[in-house]
Amino acid sequence: MDKIKINDEFFDIMPPEYQELVEEATYGKEDRGWKDVGVAKELIEEHSLCAGCPESIAFRYVLACLPNPQDTVMVGSTGCTSLVFPHVAIHNIHSLFGNQNAVASGLKRTLALRFPDKVKDVVVLAGDGATVDIGLDMTLQSWFRQEKFTTICFDNELYANTGGQESGLMQKGFVGKMAPAGKKFDKVPLPEIARDSGCHYVAMMTVSKPNRVEKAIRNAILVAREIGPTYIQLYTPCILEIGKQMMEGLQEMRDSEGPGKRFEFKEYISDEAKVFLDEVDAERKAKKKALRAARA
Amino acid sequence: MDTKSLVGTYNKKGQKIVEPEYMLFEAPRTQEFMTGSEVVKEGIRRASVDVSIAYPITPQSEAAALVGELYVEGYVGEYFRGENEFAVMSECAGASFGGARVFTTTSGPGTLRAYENFPMWAGSRLPILINVMVRGVNSPLSIQPDTLEMGMILETGMLIWHAETAQEFLDFLLAGFIVAEEPDVHIPIAVCIDGFFVSHTKDMVMLPPADITLTPYDPYRSPVPCMDMEVPPIRMMRDPFVMKSNYISYATHASWQQEVRAACERSRKHTIRLIGGLIEEERTDADILIVSSGTAVAQGREAVRLLADEGIRVGIVKIKTIRPFPHEELRQATKNAKLIFVPEFNVAGWMAREIKAILPDNERVIAGPHVCGGMTMPPEVIVKEIKKVLAGRKEAVHG
Repeated sequence: MDKIKINDEFFDIMPPEYQELVEEATYGKEDRGWKDVGVAKELIEEHSLCAGCPESIAFRYVLACLPNPQDTVMVGSTGCTSLVFPHVAIHNIHSLFGNQNAVASGLKRTLALRFPDKVKDVVVLAGDGATVDIGLDMTLQSWFRQEKFTTICFDNELYANTGGQESGLMQKGFVGKMAPAGKKFDKVPLPEIARDSGCHYVAMMTVSKPNRVEKAIRNAILVAREIGPTYIQLYTPCILEIGKQMMEGLQEMRDSEGPGKRFEFKEYISDEAKVFLDEVDAERKAKKKALRAARA
Repeated sequence: MDTKSLVGTYNKKGQKIVEPEYMLFEAPRTQEFMTGSEVVKEGIRRASVDVSIAYPITPQSEAAALVGELYVEGYVGEYFRGENEFAVMSECAGASFGGARVFTTTSGPGTLRAYENFPMWAGSRLPILINVMVRGVNSPLSIQPDTLEMGMILETGMLIWHAETAQEFLDFLLAGFIVAEEPDVHIPIAVCIDGFFVSHTKDMVMLPPADITLTPYDPYRSPVPCMDMEVPPIRMMRDPFVMKSNYISYATHASWQQEVRAACERSRKHTIRLIGGLIEEERTDADILIVSSGTAVAQGREAVRLLADEGIRVGIVKIKTIRPFPHEELRQATKNAKLIFVPEFNVAGWMAREIKAILPDNERVIAGPHVCGGMTMPPEVIVKEIKKVLAGRKEAVHG
């Protein structure tokens, strides 16, 4: 890794935070993951979200679990995520509201064209309003076209950033702004739509279990890189808009992920992706075994 | 990568990479008889375009499809059909953010559906070249030529050029990439033509050879970072400006908007170098002038000829760049005129408003004649308008 270097002669006068970033960054570390949250400089240290917002921890998990952060470009959309991206040491594009999968399509193809011999990952991160309502056409069409990037939806079941208006992923019956008599139709089954629209890896869950989130994100990005589009839907409740306290976000997620609940864990893997992921797992296990043998 | 160093080398299609000046002024040319849509294909063939994204809408569909043929032939790196114009312009944005030279086309209602992207392109300093083949945007539905949509993109921050003929269209396409991509400009450019009149009409075009091409785009000459993670990432700011309703937010956004517009103004020197002046003048010592852009100028020339037969001497000023608007050039060119007619293919008369806004004694400016909704601009209509105003003047003096 020679991505970030400081000229030796200037090292001691650089801000300590920058020195730390250069020396301690997890860039290039194969086993980087959610456990680096809180110690690695390149992950979010501060954020401008509400205290206790589950999205802030989801955001950190996503960043910590990128397999290739030094060559990953993220595409966001208007919403609370766009308030955090400025704190992130990864190139990110926030262009308009709802067009994130279209922007990512152009970006991914250009990066493939310009860097044919290099892995460049593109990851879309947007809320449910951007993904499932205003941007649904572009979300779906990027999957139909088999664009090779991962779409992550932070599902908080409403338009959080604009103050809690009805979204397509809101639960039926929920009384929200613009749904004054309760939402009239069911939560849009986007994981199933994603599977049927050509996504090769789909997962839906809350972010209460970091190991599971880590595995899903890695799987999704690796499958997108090699095979085709992937989709992850994470419940990141907007505690402000559903009337919870700052310490209640985790419990809200746990209460919503049991059997038969809205965020019961779901995972769909295409046959092609399954073969690929089995190979990746076998390779990883062999590496670990070799490492253990070398230590012994 | 310094693209200048590529001059004289060959791309994978065997085209020799040449300086824009060679392409535009020195290369031998051969005469071809072709439509404006075919001009797009031949222009893009010689423009080292990396990515083009297409969507059908009349009258630009044929041009967008012909670029697809170039992709199959290997002259364009990436091409696909997007889902609608808003998405296409977003896809173009993504491609440009990633460091590609990007071309697309649109028309009328498509331009308006795409609209939200244009100020975003400009604000993000994406030097995308979009060819706008103008047509009606009104209801009842019309597919006929009308420049109303140009009036609607005036303040997006983009460069806007308006070609009169197929030849000018070709040259504007080639020069447009280079001007838009200059580091002190680096904003998108709309190269406009009048739909059907230029896009679907065959015209003589002098074509440079197909085995040369423009220097490719160098994303690292951009004044803002290319989104490819090839330069060390930085955390851009302590707090997102969108959060702040305070002076810092105001100062940032206001100065950036002014910078984008300043970039547009800075394009002048490159534009003059590659397409000549921002305007063209003919007989501007005449008391009566016709000032306009696009094919209205061509019809104006016919009107000048008809009026000359009747002993009325009229001059012409053709505006080539709508943004930047040629303020000073127009003031100089019209300083002796007593009457300035602005024929336009739209109901709004936005060009006349632009001219009135910058000229002294602007009661001289006659907003019209207008044809809107797809009618051609018969020279007789221009003649009639000029004679009507002149007769009115005589009545006022003698009556």
